[in-house]
Order: sequence, then C-alpha cells, then structure tokens
Amino acid sequence: MKLIVNGDPREIAGETLDIHATLSALQVADPLYVTVELNGEIVDRAAFGSTRVKNGDALEFLYFMGGGAR
Amino acid sequence: MSLRADQVERYSRHILLQDVGGKGQEQLLAGRVLIIGAGGLGSPAALYLAAAGVGTIGLADADVVDATNLQRQVIHFTPDIGRPKVVSAADKIRAINPDVTVQTHPEWICAANIADLIAQYDFVIDGTDNFATKFLINDACVLGKKPYSHGGILRFDGQTLTVMPGASACYRCIFPKPPPKNAIPTCSEAGVIGVLPGVIGTLQATEAIKYLLGIGSLLTGRLLTYDARTLKFREIAIQRNPKCPVCGEHPTLTELKDEPDALHTCDLENP
Repeated sequence: MKLIVNGDPREIAGETLDIHATLSALQVADPLYVTVELNGEIVDRAAFGSTRVKNGDALEFLYFMGGGAR
Repeated sequence: MSLRADQVERYSRHILLQDVGGKGQEQLLAGRVLIIGAGGLGSPAALYLAAAGVGTIGLADADVVDATNLQRQVIHFTPDIGRPKVVSAADKIRAINPDVTVQTHPEWICAANIADLIAQYDFVIDGTDNFATKFLINDACVLGKKPYSHGGILRFDGQTLTVMPGASACYRCIFPKPPPKNAIPTCSEAGVIGVLPGVIGTLQATEAIKYLLGIGSLLTGRLLTYDARTLKFREIAIQRNPKCPVCGEHPTLTELKDEPDALHTCDLENP
C-alpha cells in the first residue's frame, strides 16, 4: 500500500496493517516512544493494535526532543 | 507610558513597522516574558527579547556556565565559566538594553514553585533540557492559562509549538506522558549542532514578541519541525486531543506534581 509518511510517499507490503506492524514495516525509530498521527489525528497508544492503516493514509511520527539548556 | 527620544531612536526600525509602531513598542516595553532555562534555547531568546525592548525578562536556571555550554549557549562568554547562568545572562541583557528589567530566579523549577513564578509573567518560553520540567511547564501553563512556547532540540533536529491554553493543543495532546528516564538521550549524551538552538530559540522569541504585540498568527495547532541537515521545515497539524490528561474532556491531571519517572530536576541539582 502507498502511504504518505512525514510528508513523503512511501510504499510498504500489505493491504492493511495495524500501527505496530506499520511502525515495524517502516522501520520507525523508537517505536515505544513515538507519537503517531494518522490522517491528522493522534492515535491513542492503547489503540495501536486495533487501528488499521490502509492505502492512501497519511502518517506523521512525532518524537520527543528534550534538549535546550544543558 | 510614552517613548523617550532615545527610545524612539533605539526602536526606530520597530516603530517604522505598521504592525508595531510606537504603540506596539510601548506594549513590548510593558511586556513580561519568563525564560525557563538560560541555555541553548534561552540564550538567543533572551538576546533578541532584550534587543527588542521587552521590558521585563525573567530568567530561571540554577545551573552554572561550563565550557561545554559555549558551543551553542551564545549569551555566555568564556570568562563566564563557573558563574551562575542567570547572572551571566542578566549581565548581557543589561549591556544590550538598559531599558530591560531582568528578574533572576536561580532555582530549579518544580511543582512547588512554578505556579507562583509563571503568574508574574505574560508569556513563558520553555528552554529546558529535561522532560520532567518540560511536562511541568506545560501543565502549569495549561492550568494557569498562561501562553507558552515549547522548544526541543536534539542532534540536528528541532521542534517548537506555541500553546494557548484552552484554545490550542498542548504538549500533552501530542505526548500524553514523559518518556521513561534515560529512554531519550539528552543533548549532553547525544550531542547537538551548535546553531540549532539559535534557530529554535529565535522562533520562540518571535512568538513571544507576536503575542505581546497581538499580531500575526501564533504557532498554535501545528508543530514546527526543523531538520538542520536538510534545512527542511515541516509543519504537522495538531488538533486538541479529547483524551489529553491535562486539557482534554476528562482531565486526570488537575494539580501540579513532579514527574517521578522522568529525569528529575533534583537529579540535576545533585548529579
């Protein structure tokens, strides 16, 4: 299926995948801590297993960035 | 308040702007901005807010300047090594612009002191380096209805978001809880390119100035990310999260508390 990932087109195998499988297929860094936005809405981490990603979806992966002072 | 002749000269390039003018400059001079963390992000923010004539700048930081800071924390100079950061930064602010009153708060920010501190200011800039304080600033600003700018940097990447409590998404709408301690590296562990906080901290100062002037549109409802390697800026639309623990429909976080799991400010005090 074709996806838009962080603004760029990406293609992964499968008709539809849950968020866990999508993170794995896209080799997303820090899958335990990344925030996932699917088509403009942030996905509750508890719903990663029940949320399906399908062809044409737009995904954003948002990361913790801490630095600043030291 | 009306501008003195020397102020009309100093701020002439502001006054020329239709959206600022003499009235806007007076608003800046009456404005009060708190910068939490006088480091990489706080340095450019403080320098530009001082130059712009923001009348009261608060600096909260309990740290002292060390040699590793100087690659990016541009408000601190080599002879400042060993001096408290708030004292070093206050000296530079006063040298740039004697119109500015600097209030130094040489203390670590925690649940016990943050509410009283932010209440004294119009706008807050998060220039901190640890998630315990970042989440605490978010919670205190949301509960205290204080607009603030989040900023974060790591390696070559930065992000910033402005939060108008009750009206736009907050930090916890994106990240409901802090990462476990040591899960995400800090700049002191993973490194940071020195110019990066210059970009993000300057954007945060821009938001403070726009807020004080009441002009333009703030960086609300969208997370701006910056990749210095490719020099790409991206904007990710962020809606308010109905399940947000602090600003959602059924908030579970109704009073301030220190985050035990994240890197704690007290750890910084006694490393």
